[in-house]
Amino acid sequence: MADDPAAAVSERLVAHLFRHEAGRLQAVLVRWLGLHRLDEAEDLVQDTLLQALTVWKVHGVPAQPAAWLYAVAQRKTLDLLRREQRHRRLAAQAEPAPAAEPGALFLADEVTDSQLRMLFACCHPALPPEAQLALCLKMLGGLSAAELAGAFLVPVDTMTKRLYRAKERLRAVAGPLEVPSGAALTGRLAAVLKSLYLLFNEGYSSAHPDQLIRRELCEEALRLALLLAQHPRTNRPETHALLALLCFQVSRFDARTAAAGGIVLLPDQDRSRWHQPLIARGLRHLAAAAEGNTASEFHLEAAIALEHCRAPTYAATDWRAIGRYYDQLLHLKPTPVVALHRAVALAQAAGPAPALAAVQALPGLDSHGLYHAILGELYAQTNQPEAAAHHLDRALALTASRPEQDLLRRKREKIINQIN
Amino acid sequence: MEKFMLIFHSAAASAEAFSNPSPEAMQAELQKWNHWIGGIAAQGRLAGTEALLPTGRTLTGPERLVTDGPFTEGKEIVGGYLFVMAADLDEATRLAEGCPALEHHGSVEIRPLMVMA
Repeated sequence: MADDPAAAVSERLVAHLFRHEAGRLQAVLVRWLGLHRLDEAEDLVQDTLLQALTVWKVHGVPAQPAAWLYAVAQRKTLDLLRREQRHRRLAAQAEPAPAAEPGALFLADEVTDSQLRMLFACCHPALPPEAQLALCLKMLGGLSAAELAGAFLVPVDTMTKRLYRAKERLRAVAGPLEVPSGAALTGRLAAVLKSLYLLFNEGYSSAHPDQLIRRELCEEALRLALLLAQHPRTNRPETHALLALLCFQVSRFDARTAAAGGIVLLPDQDRSRWHQPLIARGLRHLAAAAEGNTASEFHLEAAIALEHCRAPTYAATDWRAIGRYYDQLLHLKPTPVVALHRAVALAQAAGPAPALAAVQALPGLDSHGLYHAILGELYAQTNQPEAAAHHLDRALALTASRPEQDLLRRKREKIINQIN
Repeated sequence: MEKFMLIFHSAAASAEAFSNPSPEAMQAELQKWNHWIGGIAAQGRLAGTEALLPTGRTLTGPERLVTDGPFTEGKEIVGGYLFVMAADLDEATRLAEGCPALEHHGSVEIRPLMVMA
């Protein structure tokens, strides 16, 4: 398409360039100016991007868009610092220590480093989980408050307040912007991985009606996890285990959605649509994850996801192996939700009756849509259609997702027909 | 072929409404502009373009009154211009029709250049 200039300029504009560069620039400028000047860094980035929009819309996108943005952002930041210096001189105040050599901050390795520092700050354990996710997406992913509100299905006002409070809290607790080292690293890295895992699940769990938004959340989690793997300090087995898990899950993304937007369940998925390069990539990360003698929950979840990826047909799935991984996972993370998923594997390996008994024994899941959906399924499989219909009704009432509701309604209809 | 100048105005009100767009929205806007101008270039009708930053000042009247900002009386801001080659004013107008500024209630001025023979 070399003869189409419109296509030629747009080719330089990779998908989400503005969003991703906003995240990179924010991280670099916050590192330069300090965490206490977060808002100013954000304003400088916004100004830089607006200038790019004004110039690029008539001149086209330059050959090196990122370098262009870095040069403008650097100049704007230096202008701000010089103006302040002048004011201080006029007010006869003491000069602060000169800022670090700024040019070096824009080198590729340092940009990655800045993003990781920011990632550790955003996932600070003193912040509530929903604030961590919002901050990651705002500061590193370049999403606006309105876009975040759309992604998390809350009013814009709620999201604006959440971000405001999160930033206030961040300034208060985060300390210097750095990638932790030594003894502090393990705990802090675990918190970051956990946040990225939650971010991914937010996109993957299909709670959101818009498939595109869900996909972007998943891709953002994957992108940030890949950053961790690039840094010698955070390039650890558990990082690769999470990455392996994310790759395996993303590989099934296309096959999970029908043309009309409905959910296609695992047994019905066209396995030829699973993305093999991602599965191969997941395998490489899983191999890297095996260096060491810890098996984190991500190792086990990745192993479970791999069993699915590796089965040529649904019938050929090794449910016993999956059951064993769930046993270990439940040992590591003894929560009712893990036990619920384990019961699904148990139903396949040992039949619906023992699985039903296991699920009935689980406490505290009454407000959980998936719990009722699985109970409904197991009651149906054990010929108790009335109980099945009751739980599918409960599940229906508990999900906001249109495709999920359609799926539950179809199941319920089938069961009602059996009763009549 | 005659030469025309297309001048894009955006309403200041809509410029304010659009003053805090998300990066994703900016990229979408940019792609519209690149597509429009790229299309004119593809027809071999583009004869030059310039962008104007939304900053600067305005000098007015015999008093040389200085005001900050490029806004004129009508609260419109000129965002940039481009030169196109067209057979006549009608054709130049057709080229201007795809201008994305129009979607935000802006306007495009289409002005023939006087040729000094």
